[in-house]
Amino acid sequence: MKYKLPLIFAFVCGILVVISEFIPHRPFNMMISTLQDWFMIISGFAILLGQISLFQANIKKIKEKNPDWVFYLAGLISFTVMLIFGLLWGTQEYRGILGNGENIQATVGMKPFDYLFENAFMPLSSTMFSLLAFFIASAAYRAFIIRSFESNLLMITAVIVMLGRTSFGGMLTSWLPEGLRFLHLPNLSDFIMEFPNSAAQRAILISAALGIIGSSLRIILGIERSYLGGEK
Amino acid sequence: MSTNKNSQTERRIIYLVLLIAVALPLIFPIGWKTDVSNYTKMAWDLVQSTPDSAVVLFSFDYDPSTLTEIQPMAEAMLEHSFSRNQKIIAIALWPQGVQMADQAFTEVLKKYPNKKYGVDYVNLGYKVAGIVAIQAMGKSMPEVFPTDQSGTKYEDIPMLKKVKTLKDVGYICSLSSGTPGIKEWVMAARDPLGTPVTGGTTAVSAPGLLPYVNSQKQLYGLLGGLKAASEYETLIHKIGSATIKMDAQSIAHLLILVFILIGNVKAFVTKKRSEQ
Repeated sequence: MKYKLPLIFAFVCGILVVISEFIPHRPFNMMISTLQDWFMIISGFAILLGQISLFQANIKKIKEKNPDWVFYLAGLISFTVMLIFGLLWGTQEYRGILGNGENIQATVGMKPFDYLFENAFMPLSSTMFSLLAFFIASAAYRAFIIRSFESNLLMITAVIVMLGRTSFGGMLTSWLPEGLRFLHLPNLSDFIMEFPNSAAQRAILISAALGIIGSSLRIILGIERSYLGGEK
Repeated sequence: MSTNKNSQTERRIIYLVLLIAVALPLIFPIGWKTDVSNYTKMAWDLVQSTPDSAVVLFSFDYDPSTLTEIQPMAEAMLEHSFSRNQKIIAIALWPQGVQMADQAFTEVLKKYPNKKYGVDYVNLGYKVAGIVAIQAMGKSMPEVFPTDQSGTKYEDIPMLKKVKTLKDVGYICSLSSGTPGIKEWVMAARDPLGTPVTGGTTAVSAPGLLPYVNSQKQLYGLLGGLKAASEYETLIHKIGSATIKMDAQSIAHLLILVFILIGNVKAFVTKKRSEQ
């Protein structure tokens, strides 16, 4: 029963959704509306479940003194602090349990949750993403080496696209006469993005879509059961 | 061991040079101009051609990690939209998109202090469930967003009186850095309902979305990365953060090209030596 009931649910709901795409009339459109409402409610609970799971997983790692357990502790403390501040004094639009924390707002200029979000979370998140630039620079130095015809092609394309995506690239070929405008670096870069890149991306998109259809059918028909927790 | 050390030293030198190269143009802006690409122009055209006073929807589907690239786009497009007197509904399919929207409005409202909340713009907040939420909005907006962020009922917000479904908005602009984002808006809003969709994303994600900018106009243009944001600023005659940051990005790209050249010379020399 533990496995059969979810399988039946998945089958019925999946079939209903498929049918409603072909027959968007009563009673299917009404059923789909209800299913959509359910999905949104379940998704809300999934966030809650995720947070509980995050807590449990981190606490386990800290208890077991895993390598780098201090970082898990830091994550957990940050999570708890934001949660408590949000609950007690709310966010910009919402009141918290203790109201709006006027005294704190008078001191720091905004609510504690918003203050931490703007002054700690945002800079840290942006920094994490910005670090990519350093890794890309280092990786480009080592990876874009001419070893074969293909790697040569890759490097030339990368150079054109990268130059075309800079202000400098435009200036570099701005002297070109009207008849040779297609060689203007931004134009060349756009051409590469629009044709060879789009063609490859389309192939990837179509393959991915076919893959999604395949795995969705496997779930609806009960062949794929890994979502039930470990069973193949 | 010594190879490892060499490689570590090289890496540190690269990081240091890049840091200096990025920091200097931010401190002393150069002011290089950017050519406007067709994709950016298409997005601008959509905002420009949408009638004044139309209600439009901006979806903030990103978080602070991609703030540097996407926030300038959001501010430029909101500013353009306000300049056309369009009424803006902001929503978020990412939890932190709400704060991103608030910040973008705060910045843009400095130029348009007369715009009133509820009359000219509204922030309906975050909705979970991604593409399913979009599909549900295609049937009924008030059911998905019964209230706005501050708890005001959907029906009581003046600018939303005539907006019942996504079909009633002039266009949808998704500023996204992943899933759910532009792709979901195209699939659940543009294709079944016909509502025009445009948007902006990070430079890394842009190639994957370009196939949607096609003859069927699944996507009306696309802003990819900081360069597109600076192009949009050029189109609305604004010298904003993207224009300034573009100098740093251009220098960083040039430097990476220099690194590639050095890497190749080094590989060539090493190969020659080993052959000898």
